[in-house]
Amino acid sequence: MLFTVLTGLITSSLLIPFGKLIKTKWSFLLPLIPVLLFLFYLLHIPTIAGGTNLLQGVNWVPSLGVNLDFRLDGLSLLFALLITGIGSAIFFYARTYLKGHVYYDRFFAYLLLFMSAMLGVVLSNNILTLFVFWELTSISSFFLIGFNNDSKESRASALTALSITGLGGFFLLAGLILMGQIAGTFVISELFNKHDFLLAHPLYPLIAGLIFIGAFTKSAQFPFHFWLPGAMKAPTPVSAYLHSATMVKAGIYLLARFTPVLGGSELWNNTLLIVGGFTMAFAAIHALFRVDLKGILAYSTISALGMLTFLLGLGTQEAFIAAAVFTLVHALYKANLFMVTGIIDHETHSRDISKLSGLRKVLFPVFIAALLAALSSAGLPSTFGFIGKDLIYEATLHYEANWALWLTGLAIITNIGLVAAGFMAGLTPFTGKLPATFEKVHLPYPSMWIPPLLLGVLGLAFGLFPGIVGDLFNNQAANAIAQAETGMKLKIWHGFNTVLLLSIATLAVGILVYLINKPSERKLAAVERFNSIAPQRIFIRLGRSIVRLSAWYTQTFHNGYLRSYHIKIIIFAELLLAYKLWISGPIQINWEELTPLSWYEVGIVAILLGALYIIVTTGSRLTSVVSTSVIGYCICLMFVFYSAPDLAMTQFTIDTLTTVLFVLVLYKLPSFINITSRWILIRDAIVALGFGVILSLIALKVLQEPNSTEVSNFYGENSYLLAKGKNVVNTILVDFRGIDTMFETVVLSIAAIGVYSLIRLRLKASEKE
Amino acid sequence: MELLLVIVIGLLYSAGVYLILRRSMVKLLLGIMLLGNGTNILIFLLGKITKGTPPVINEAYKVFQDIYADPIPQALILTAIVISFALTSFAIVLLKRVYALVDSDDLDDLNTPEEEDL
Repeated sequence: MLFTVLTGLITSSLLIPFGKLIKTKWSFLLPLIPVLLFLFYLLHIPTIAGGTNLLQGVNWVPSLGVNLDFRLDGLSLLFALLITGIGSAIFFYARTYLKGHVYYDRFFAYLLLFMSAMLGVVLSNNILTLFVFWELTSISSFFLIGFNNDSKESRASALTALSITGLGGFFLLAGLILMGQIAGTFVISELFNKHDFLLAHPLYPLIAGLIFIGAFTKSAQFPFHFWLPGAMKAPTPVSAYLHSATMVKAGIYLLARFTPVLGGSELWNNTLLIVGGFTMAFAAIHALFRVDLKGILAYSTISALGMLTFLLGLGTQEAFIAAAVFTLVHALYKANLFMVTGIIDHETHSRDISKLSGLRKVLFPVFIAALLAALSSAGLPSTFGFIGKDLIYEATLHYEANWALWLTGLAIITNIGLVAAGFMAGLTPFTGKLPATFEKVHLPYPSMWIPPLLLGVLGLAFGLFPGIVGDLFNNQAANAIAQAETGMKLKIWHGFNTVLLLSIATLAVGILVYLINKPSERKLAAVERFNSIAPQRIFIRLGRSIVRLSAWYTQTFHNGYLRSYHIKIIIFAELLLAYKLWISGPIQINWEELTPLSWYEVGIVAILLGALYIIVTTGSRLTSVVSTSVIGYCICLMFVFYSAPDLAMTQFTIDTLTTVLFVLVLYKLPSFINITSRWILIRDAIVALGFGVILSLIALKVLQEPNSTEVSNFYGENSYLLAKGKNVVNTILVDFRGIDTMFETVVLSIAAIGVYSLIRLRLKASEKE
Repeated sequence: MELLLVIVIGLLYSAGVYLILRRSMVKLLLGIMLLGNGTNILIFLLGKITKGTPPVINEAYKVFQDIYADPIPQALILTAIVISFALTSFAIVLLKRVYALVDSDDLDDLNTPEEEDL
């Protein structure tokens, strides 16, 4: 099983070097891949139908419990066959559909990647591996929806689809990890035994909720449904493959897979019933107002997905059987209809059903395919769709007595909508009079119309021999969902009963609706008006406000003005320090320990403060530089008073040097220009004073702390004994910490070299502005 | 005296912050120098200042006989003064160079050359 997943990944990467080659006649190799995989899974049918499950495991990240464990049971096999089987049809179809496209190779690389990812999802026996493949399907779907990357709409739809499914992926990951941690295992087949334990756990609603969001976003359930109609911007083979038959069913697969693990509770069943029930009726009615063929198909797909969710929510064995059968029914007729739509679009360049008519005269085989699909979708007796519809009604009718009638009613409304929508998509373009504009339309290559015809014929064959099909595919799939023997036996004829009556009534009303309902642009616009409060708008608005927020953030915080960065950093530091000061308690001053004050000290401080005032207020550059040196000398005097002769000497030398250098270099500069507004000056003054006050308070706070003098005492005692020097500061610098001082000298030398080279550098005339 | 120094530290920091919020490059540099001075006094103050007792051992003895000023803050400040000199002198020359190139000491003239080119 591992190799089937890897095949697509490997061939997908092989298309990077061999992309040019595959555009030539060698393109016939492409469909071989899904066909071979399909045959591989066909060979497994007898084993799986007998009730055995296949297991295969390869260690990947064993320390995290992430392993490439694969398991093939009835449900996985059903999906694997759908993926590879419909995939084969699509590959044949797309080979012709996209002939001569510039990105032909790229398209198939994405498609192969998607196929592998999808196989990985349905085969994984490890929930984390499942998640990795799950995300891969979202990513490959993103590239496929945005395949026409020169169209703005296409790009926007791709982004919407990715953000919705990707967002759902996050929730799913959280839910899966939570479930795995609580159950103590990430292996799905082991999780089946933890069902009761998980249901009793207090966090069960959270797990279920997170997994619901993941599944609903992927399977386009209300209120996340809107990405699917948008995804129809993709080339039609992609819509047929990803957005009707496979990827959107990944959410259904997930729900079905975890039904034996998490299902059976009221929360699980009721949520699925409500969400699925609402989605299926909502989308079925919506589909009737569309005029775009793909739009009709998109909404009827959403409706069918809602139906599947709804059936899983019923939670009875009959419902699981119906879900297993309906998955197959829907995939067969919907992929078919999509491919037919693709042919119509390809040949007539229109998808508007109010303009298309009479095409049966020019596209006869396509018409047969579409007819078969429409009949199966309508559930005409002797088609596979009939069996599916029967099972659905049976499941709803046998539900709890209080609700059976309501649920059946909901299913009937949906089915009526689906019948009409199926006819709209499958019959309208082919019936009626052929307009003159379409007379020159010719039949495409057989490789385009044979795949849909084949699917249509299969739908009919399955309908005629449902017993065989049921035993081979669906029985074990239903068993896997129920984790019990469902004893399903599909029959073509159930006798005269309520279900048959309902089926026929549905069909009749559906046809009536089809005949009466004439969709037009005007009606569509009326329906679209309701969309102003739809979730789509909310999501779009959310996305726009995030963009606006980041633009605002960038302009405010990264505007490129140095002083703007400074003020933000300083205000942040102020807040942080003020908070620390606040929580550290009151400040006490020990008045007795303070050194007494003498008049000359007060005088020096007064000079210092005066110089400081001059620096801040002066308009002359020279004055401010000289005032800075005055401050330096005042500090120097303070070092003299308070027993630091070395510091005083250094400060004096350095300050003199700095001033001389300053004046030498900068004396030519003009005086300061005052360009800042008064308000900003006041704001800066407040921020600056705030910083000063906080620093002063910190200094006071530290003064009340006891001083630790162990290191100082060590130096003091050993200065002469070890370093043979009597000036302790000097011995520290040149002896105890000699290497530090050496590197300091290196820094000084580097600065000196920099200064020297900058002074010597002559400016070229061209460099001057 | 400590309280007076605390006020001096606060004002040096205030003036330094105020100056680095200005547009002039010279003011920015002066602001950085004031911040450095403020920090030096802060370190000095935290080492418990004392009068008339430099950390130098008397000629006649091999170890201290009396209390003496803490030598470690002094060693730190000495290093800081020298390093800040290296920084300042390099910055001054760089400033001159920038002035020669763009003929302005306004920081805002530095970050929008592309727009002016347009």
